[in-house]
Amino acid sequence: MTTAATALPAAAPAARPEAPGFWRRFLRKRLAVASLLVIVVVYGTGLLAPWVAPYSFRHQDLGNTFAGPSREHPLGTDRLGRDVLSRLIWSAQTTVIVSACSLLLGGLALGVGLGLLAGYAGGRVDNLIMRLGDVLFALPDIMLLLLITATVRPRVDAFFRDFERWSGIGGIRESGAPDYVLIFGALSLFSWVGMARVVRSQVLALRESEFVLAARALGASTGHILARHLLPNVSPLVIVAATGILGTAAGAEVALSFLGIGVQPPHPSFGVMIIENAGARNMLAHPNLLFVPAAVVGLLLVAFAFLGDALNDLLSPRRR
Amino acid sequence: MADRGLWPYILRRLLWAPLVLFLVSVIAFALGRFGPGDPVRVLAGQHRDPEVIAEIRRERGLDENFFVQYGRYMAGVLRGDLGTSFRYQNMPVWEVIKPRLWVTFQYNLVSLVLVFALGIPAGVWAAMHQGTWRDPFVIGVLLAFAAIPVLVLVPVLQFVFALKLRWLPVGGWQPRELFGFLELGILSKNIVIPLLALTLPGLAGVARLVRAQVLEVLGEDYVRTARAKGLGEVVVMTRHVLRNALLPIATLMGFALVGLLAGSIFLETLLGIPGIGSYAVEAVNARDYDGIMALVLLTGAAFVVANLVVDVLYAFIDPRVRLGAEAQA
Repeated sequence: MTTAATALPAAAPAARPEAPGFWRRFLRKRLAVASLLVIVVVYGTGLLAPWVAPYSFRHQDLGNTFAGPSREHPLGTDRLGRDVLSRLIWSAQTTVIVSACSLLLGGLALGVGLGLLAGYAGGRVDNLIMRLGDVLFALPDIMLLLLITATVRPRVDAFFRDFERWSGIGGIRESGAPDYVLIFGALSLFSWVGMARVVRSQVLALRESEFVLAARALGASTGHILARHLLPNVSPLVIVAATGILGTAAGAEVALSFLGIGVQPPHPSFGVMIIENAGARNMLAHPNLLFVPAAVVGLLLVAFAFLGDALNDLLSPRRR
Repeated sequence: MADRGLWPYILRRLLWAPLVLFLVSVIAFALGRFGPGDPVRVLAGQHRDPEVIAEIRRERGLDENFFVQYGRYMAGVLRGDLGTSFRYQNMPVWEVIKPRLWVTFQYNLVSLVLVFALGIPAGVWAAMHQGTWRDPFVIGVLLAFAAIPVLVLVPVLQFVFALKLRWLPVGGWQPRELFGFLELGILSKNIVIPLLALTLPGLAGVARLVRAQVLEVLGEDYVRTARAKGLGEVVVMTRHVLRNALLPIATLMGFALVGLLAGSIFLETLLGIPGIGSYAVEAVNARDYDGIMALVLLTGAAFVVANLVVDVLYAFIDPRVRLGAEAQA
């Protein structure tokens, strides 16, 4: 019996987050609640960056570099006299934009879409989608991310330049949008696979269930069945996978920016802040400039790991 | 169950590997060629003479169309010629990569061994303390280490152990010669920070799987039988539980390798270690086409081979795998 349970995709309907007891059981996991709180604070700050950041991320005060904490600059200033607190807040905004867009494009649009399609259509379509996923899964993604972001950047940039000229809308490139599009686009290429697998296996299990057969017998269209009958029933596992995608994307953006191929200065990113202040001499002279952003990144990613773990425990049907 | 499904399964996996590698090579080649920057101009240096540039292009075959270039390059690769580096003054890529590969390989191997040598006992220990605070505590700490990126962990280790305590050097790579021909960098103190930064994040994966496996096996009838026979706890654990629980961790080898290689890029960049990780960043920034290709192919091959070995091993160990594959086919 354990044989069937481990070898076949999970067939049992998963616990629904809206099922009674979910929040009670979630709130009992103190670490998970604390993790959710950390994530909410970082994402909330990032979303509200234009209102809560004391200074613009561009604002420099070359007469006041490497300042310690003060009323004007609660976390001091960096080598260009930029307010560290403001840079952190704007970096959180970068994290929010990149990870949320990765989730929307890679996780929900591509992942859920292709997973539903593969599971419901079956046959050749299923095979094509899942084998493509296998290939992407078998690739050294960090090498390809390096390569993609480094080589495709000028093209994305040129595209936005042409778009600005054509549409007359200015300031798109000023806002850093091309970098964001490039990063979440590249991440989405890889991040849909896990989500698609989860959704597909659930759809396979549900496809032949009575309520879907009944809907089909009543003459419901494929689109209706997918949207109204299958999608609501795969949602718990989507939440687990989505948490994973958010955390991975947040970490990947920091990593790419750290290597100099992610978000470009003057736009802030935790990764840029870390690499700017790394190195033995900087670290000894101004450890706060390095370790404050490093701590935020570490805390955020650990929070994602703990939250994902707890949600997996609560929502995954295979777990006891 | 007869072994009917085993060989077709292995054959399918074997055919799959070259296909993946082929796709990787096409994607990487296309990205390199259609990317920005012109390495020929870098190579031409002061000579901005269009004729010199055209000459270099002809010499390198860069004036041909994409498919001819790809075909020529891959034919070379199959003969063992990985091309020529633009970055390093026309050195063959293999000559650039070889010493760096050895550097990365050394400490990755040591770290891989450490991950398993420490992760397995941690997992067993956690399983044996299930129901107490010790189990979630240890697993939680390891999970936190797995989540902290290398680019955060390395500066912290540098700051504490090198700058404040002054026990270890900040970075660098110091090879020692052994037996007159073996250049080993893992004998110096410089290796401690890289090993910590690579091993600590890897432990959670192994420990958690071992823990889950041990818990599952502990519930089996034959363990109860062994205990009922009056066998000592040590004998039950080593002979009955561990022997069965440890088989599936073979599957983690592939994942562990992936994690280590990815970590090496950040590690080497931060610590100034002359391995393939730091060269990857250098090559991408300098548009060293053939170098990038070689690295993508090498890492791709390592991934594919690791996955292949794991899949095949697992099919031998666990008949359910091939049955599952049969059922899906």
